Amino acid sequence: MRVFVLNFKSIVIAGLVATGPVMGLAEAPKRVVSVNLCTDQLAMLVAGPAQLYSVSELAFDPRGSAMAEQAKTYVPNGGFAEEIYLMQPDLVIAGSFSTPATTAMLRRLGVPVVVFDYASSLADIRDRLLQMGDVLGQPERAQMIVADFDAQLAAFQAEATTNPRAALYQANGYTSGDSTLAGQILIAAGFENIATEAGFPYGGFLPLEVLAMSQPDAIITSNPDAARSRAEEILSHPVVEALRETTGAGWFSDRDWVCGTPFVLNAIAATAKLRRQLEGDGS
Amino acid sequence: MTRLMAVLTALLALLFSAALVLGPADIGPVESLRALVVDNGGALTLVMREIRLPRAILAVLIGASLGMAGAAMQGYLRNPLADPGLIGVSGSAAFGAVLSIQTGVAATVAFALPLSALTGALVGVFLVLSLAGPRGSSLTLILAGIAISALAAALTSLTLNLSPNPFAASEIVFWMMGSLADRSMTHVWIAWPLIALGGVLLASLARGLDALTLGEDAAEAMGISLKRLRLTLVFGTAAVVGASTAVAGAIGFIGLVVPHILRPFVGAKPGQLLWASALGGAIMLLVADIAVRVVLPSRDLKLGVLTALVGAPLFLHLIYKTRKEGL
Repeated sequence: MRVFVLNFKSIVIAGLVATGPVMGLAEAPKRVVSVNLCTDQLAMLVAGPAQLYSVSELAFDPRGSAMAEQAKTYVPNGGFAEEIYLMQPDLVIAGSFSTPATTAMLRRLGVPVVVFDYASSLADIRDRLLQMGDVLGQPERAQMIVADFDAQLAAFQAEATTNPRAALYQANGYTSGDSTLAGQILIAAGFENIATEAGFPYGGFLPLEVLAMSQPDAIITSNPDAARSRAEEILSHPVVEALRETTGAGWFSDRDWVCGTPFVLNAIAATAKLRRQLEGDGS
Repeated sequence: MTRLMAVLTALLALLFSAALVLGPADIGPVESLRALVVDNGGALTLVMREIRLPRAILAVLIGASLGMAGAAMQGYLRNPLADPGLIGVSGSAAFGAVLSIQTGVAATVAFALPLSALTGALVGVFLVLSLAGPRGSSLTLILAGIAISALAAALTSLTLNLSPNPFAASEIVFWMMGSLADRSMTHVWIAWPLIALGGVLLASLARGLDALTLGEDAAEAMGISLKRLRLTLVFGTAAVVGASTAVAGAIGFIGLVVPHILRPFVGAKPGQLLWASALGGAIMLLVADIAVRVVLPSRDLKLGVLTALVGAPLFLHLIYKTRKEGL
């Protein structure tokens, strides 16, 4: 599997040039705290040396974070207004899913807060990277990463041909449609999504029977957590097991699928590999 | 008498077939039943045998369990308000099940899940019966039930909130309200041995419960051992409720509604009410499970929501009635 690697040589040089004024700040922020798993990773990618002070605890968990190793050089935060305020940041970066109570309180306390929208397409990833570049006063670094991302993505899009039908199936029978990031990853990897046929443009609970009757060419399920839950029991239901045996079986790894970062290229690569295997079978 | 049995059995058969042919996947009834019997190796057989059949079987087993347990407890306590869900037995069973899932025991040891739910249910029944006394007044019975339900719910929520699994906390709703969605034959195999055992124990209470209507002394004079009756009731109820809750969560009110409706038809004989309530409970749960699939197919509406919507008003009515009777 190809792994997304950043082209750091050129980025470091660009990072030396700090430009302002940005988002109402006089100059580039020097002590930034990120409180959302996805903005954590964007910030770690784009921030200049010693600019980012703290990332959320979730960024340290290799199950959900593609940058768990890199996160170790930062201070973890639990996303609570009190501890964040005591870190004395000059900028807090939150996601649109962060609790409004926390961001509102930080603003009341005079801490600038920037809220990033959730990425639901591959184009959004470019936008968020550029936005992060603006917010951190590192536009050149951001542009560099975007250029690299575009180049790798273009390689995948040139390759897709037959478009077999795949099902994304997660805990509780949740599926993601074309208008979600996961759906876009599937499309970029050259698959068609059965969620769209079943009438789920965004996402929703796909009944097990509908999944079975739609007879997908491949089924991509999430990897159950080591700590058991009833929600994930459905991923080992006899019907899902039967589909895995008779069709292509792929795995959905949260770290590469959940956040709109360049690491989705890893998810696309793994899924495209599954498609090539299916095509190799002559099916 | 036999007419009631015939009507209930016919209704059960009809609803069981309806449960098999109704579902989110659009398949014709004849076609689906054929796929159930003849294995054509396709997706249709898979859907029928691994999704709809286990779901319908579980609805019958669990509904019968809850109906029968309710009838047995009401007969023993001579109190129409006793229901395994209301008095905290289902809640304690759910706590036992959650513990065994979260500690990982359920995944490693066969039958650990229903057995730990059974243990939870046993603690629940035992606590309720000791708190309410041998002839529990409505007040102490309900109060004891509220306390046990609240404690069991709190412990279940605590366990799930402490779990490192990101999905665990959202499962609190399942354990409190119950659902039969996406169950498989595995769950049928987990549940049926204990339900069968508990069912036999509860059915053996028929003579004793009938005798008990004449009073405790009269029953003992007729050769009924009250101690043994009580022990059989505790184990029988814990077995059926434990196994049911382990696979479908806590579904309330079936044990309250069904015996109440059927009591006039069996001449208020608690012994005959046992099997009638078993059939009635199976019917009620099948209806509820068909309704959640037809009304809101994509939302996984919980069964407990429907049974409570029917059961809670009846519960209020029963409280009002018992108050008027000065109990």
